[in-house]
Amino acid sequence: MARLLPHPILSPTLACLWLLLVNSITPGQIFLGLLLGWMIPLLTLRFWPEAVTIRKPLTLLRYIGLLLIDIIMANFTVARLILGDPDRLKPIFVELPLDLTSDLAISLLANSITLTPGTVSARLSEDRRYLLVHALNEADPDALIATIKRRYERPLQEIFELC
Amino acid sequence: MLEYLLSFLILTGATLTFIGSLGLLRLKDFYMRLHGPTKATTLGVGSLLIASALFFSSHNAGISLHEVLITVFLVITAPVSAHLLAKAALHLNLHSFAKMPAKSTKGEDGADDDAMDTQTPEEKSSSSDTHVPRKPV
Repeated sequence: MARLLPHPILSPTLACLWLLLVNSITPGQIFLGLLLGWMIPLLTLRFWPEAVTIRKPLTLLRYIGLLLIDIIMANFTVARLILGDPDRLKPIFVELPLDLTSDLAISLLANSITLTPGTVSARLSEDRRYLLVHALNEADPDALIATIKRRYERPLQEIFELC
Repeated sequence: MLEYLLSFLILTGATLTFIGSLGLLRLKDFYMRLHGPTKATTLGVGSLLIASALFFSSHNAGISLHEVLITVFLVITAPVSAHLLAKAALHLNLHSFAKMPAKSTKGEDGADDDAMDTQTPEEKSSSSDTHVPRKPV
């Protein structure tokens, strides 16, 4: 079973993507989507060494909702900062100590950080324990770290790592 | 009614995208300029895509879902390119108005000075031992 269907989550996702791509739900397309969803993970097995397990799907949905709201807020925040006086901005680099260990969770966290208010993730340290984050306008680095940890890292940890 | 909604979405999208590009002109260093395209544009392009989805859903038969797909891909890929750009910039030691944190992340080429390195061990241990988010000061 595990060898025939190495990524039980990726396969249906790919099938859904295929259906969105062709924009029709006929039985033929559903079959083709499922076939692609089964074959692509099988053929690209080497690129996905880690098995993905979602422990709390509801938390994941809530996380996505939170992220969407934050992205919208981030847009207006950054738009305001750009239109304001650029000389008054206080850019800062912050080192974020990571509690996450899995590759997927870390990359999702880095993605979330880049998508949300005035922060871009810049570099993951080689031991994978620190993420360097650039903030566009932030006076208090400790508060920023605390916010990121509470808002994004904690849910990701619950979803992908804790039992 | 739909016309008004569509125009509102398109105008919002265009404005936000424009502001994002304006950031490239107005902000002062490379790292700051990264923020414009990665953020102001996601919502900008997002509202354009919503407008497109609404328009084609109302004018053609069936709902148009390609735009959902574009949004998903955009949200997944935009941060990756931003991250790579930032990483390349760090590697090249581009000038930045933001100070580097006092840790040897720059240490790939040994360009750090010793005064900064002295702070590293205690910072590292304090943050890794406790494993709790730091309180805002």
